Amino acid sequence: MSDTHEHSVAFVRTTEIPQQTAPSSAAGPVKWMRDNLFATWPNALLTVAAFYVIYLVLSATLPWILGGLWTTSSLSECREVLQGRSAACFSVLTERWNQLLFGFKYPAELYWRPTLAFLLMFIALAPVLFFDLPRKLLIITGLFPFAAYWLIWGGTVWIPVFALVGFVAGYFVYARFVAQNFAAGFFGGIVAAAVVWYIGGFAVAALAPATPFLEAVPSRDLGGFMLNMMLGLTCVSLSIPLGIALALGRQSSMPLIKWICVIFIEFIRGVPLITLLFVASVMLSYFFPPDQTVDLFVRVVIMITLFSAAYIAEVIRGGLAALPKGQYEAADSLGLDYAQSMRLIILPQALKISIPGIVNIAVGLFKDTTLVSVISMFDMVGMIRGPILASTDWNGVYWELFGFAALLFFVVCYGISQYSQWLERRLATDHR
Amino acid sequence: MAEAAKLQVSDEIAISIQKMNKWYGTFHVLRDIDLTVHRGERIVICGPSGSGKSTLIRCINALEEHQKGSIEVDGTLLSSDLKNIDKIRSEVGMCFQHFNLFPHLTILENCTLAPIWVRKTPKKEAEEIAMHFLEKVKIPDQADKYPGQLSGGQQQRVAIARSLCMRPRIMLFDEPTSALDPEMIKEVLDTMIELAEEGMTMLCVTHEMGFARQVANRVIFMDQGQIVEQNEPEAFFNNPQSPRTQLFLSQILGH
Repeated sequence: MSDTHEHSVAFVRTTEIPQQTAPSSAAGPVKWMRDNLFATWPNALLTVAAFYVIYLVLSATLPWILGGLWTTSSLSECREVLQGRSAACFSVLTERWNQLLFGFKYPAELYWRPTLAFLLMFIALAPVLFFDLPRKLLIITGLFPFAAYWLIWGGTVWIPVFALVGFVAGYFVYARFVAQNFAAGFFGGIVAAAVVWYIGGFAVAALAPATPFLEAVPSRDLGGFMLNMMLGLTCVSLSIPLGIALALGRQSSMPLIKWICVIFIEFIRGVPLITLLFVASVMLSYFFPPDQTVDLFVRVVIMITLFSAAYIAEVIRGGLAALPKGQYEAADSLGLDYAQSMRLIILPQALKISIPGIVNIAVGLFKDTTLVSVISMFDMVGMIRGPILASTDWNGVYWELFGFAALLFFVVCYGISQYSQWLERRLATDHR
Repeated sequence: MAEAAKLQVSDEIAISIQKMNKWYGTFHVLRDIDLTVHRGERIVICGPSGSGKSTLIRCINALEEHQKGSIEVDGTLLSSDLKNIDKIRSEVGMCFQHFNLFPHLTILENCTLAPIWVRKTPKKEAEEIAMHFLEKVKIPDQADKYPGQLSGGQQQRVAIARSLCMRPRIMLFDEPTSALDPEMIKEVLDTMIELAEEGMTMLCVTHEMGFARQVANRVIFMDQGQIVEQNEPEAFFNNPQSPRTQLFLSQILGH
């Protein structure tokens, strides 16, 4: 019996084999290191070499950073304290902190106003960036530019109020007429807004109190990282809609619109941004009467916006071209009109494709705002190169200042980049 | 039952095409097309590739522009007036070879989009209508998925439901089964047959000759931009008159 049983294929398990922990060579950090760092001899050599390089870099920079001084009042004092030791002199950041952030002319007792605007910005951006939030919050986003303008520039409240009323009037006229004819709605809206603004100009002059509730601050007093943020945010949020309009215009079947868009895009792309900025700062004033001039900040915003809009238009055109023709036909065959099919079908898909390109340009634009330092606006880089490095106290502190500027810009740009990656994942519905 | 359905053809004219011509540049794609479709009629259009059959039905809802002659749909003359075009398009449903569902919207949103924005139907009502038609094409359980998650046959049935949600009086099908695997062709054809039995006016470009035999009142054969032959399906398949029709039929039925 037992004899036959040994050769039988039949088998019944009567005891469970308990689960055992894996040997250290099959799991855990040892395995990870063996797989990733020391898999082969050349691999191990490269690992060792890489660690050595990392060690060299850190051994030079870490003591410099960690031993940095934060409380001295000038570079010479730093040098005295350090006595030949190599370490950072971060005191320039603490001592000139407000100048780096707000510029050197913004009244110190009013710093709370741009700070408040900065905090409001997050609330205003939230519903735009995270569309799961209630749509009603977009009202805050709509009001934010006017509130931020009033906070930062101060002066009479009637200017932003009439600006807002103009937009609202334009919108209502647009909504009233767009159903009959897109062009009628579009231009009707513009005319309505212009009329309100024109009347508002007189009304503001009549209504403005002698001493406004918020003290007025002229544009030339703005500066520091605040100026970079203001330029970056304004120009990005203006250039995306303008870029969309240009991209659609370039596709238009109406030759006049198409050629205007093509010439505009090709011209702007063929000109360096710095040229446009010089035009904004110097040459545009020749076109205005001597007593009237458009604010330098507005001129710079216009130029940067036009510049990046041309690039964004081309990125979006790429997204539009990537859509199959069938999407346009399906939208048409359901009876959607042009505005509806663009808004509901074409643009959501084209913009999704264009996200990486648009973000690329937005990040580039944000960094390009430092170029305004060459037309003597004191943005963060302008502050460093001008008032701070030129002062006798801090002449010669380069690494700390530019390193700090780089860090601030990196934080913002990396944030934008991470957001865009989250957005792409969130919008991925094609299940490839 | 197909026979019973054929009786529903009325005298009312749904589409009237007269002396219609179309050129792509200098290439004459459609030549002197004359076609009258009565309400409730089901017409199958076949022909070799490049014969202009897709172009013909795409002219009916103005996806393609014709240069000469007239097209009248439901009494509305197709002209360059955008209002007329939008009116006709909302009355005429269309299904494409590649489905052309909107990939960024769920199945339900695909179906409710046009009723909400074109017909101004309240969202809730539009969703009820959409679910009704999704049940009709037998995929109500997929309503919250995205088109990319569905099989080809399911996508095409959604596309049919999407068109039906606009309550069209005429349905155009542009090779609805050409991009599908054989086993999925059946589920789409079944849906179309059901639609035909309810008396929908249909124009269908297809090579599914079984479908043509079963539901068509009329089969039209096109070649080189012209209507070469049209007849009732029995006569068309059993006794084709034109040599070109005979050649075409022998090629597609031969294997």
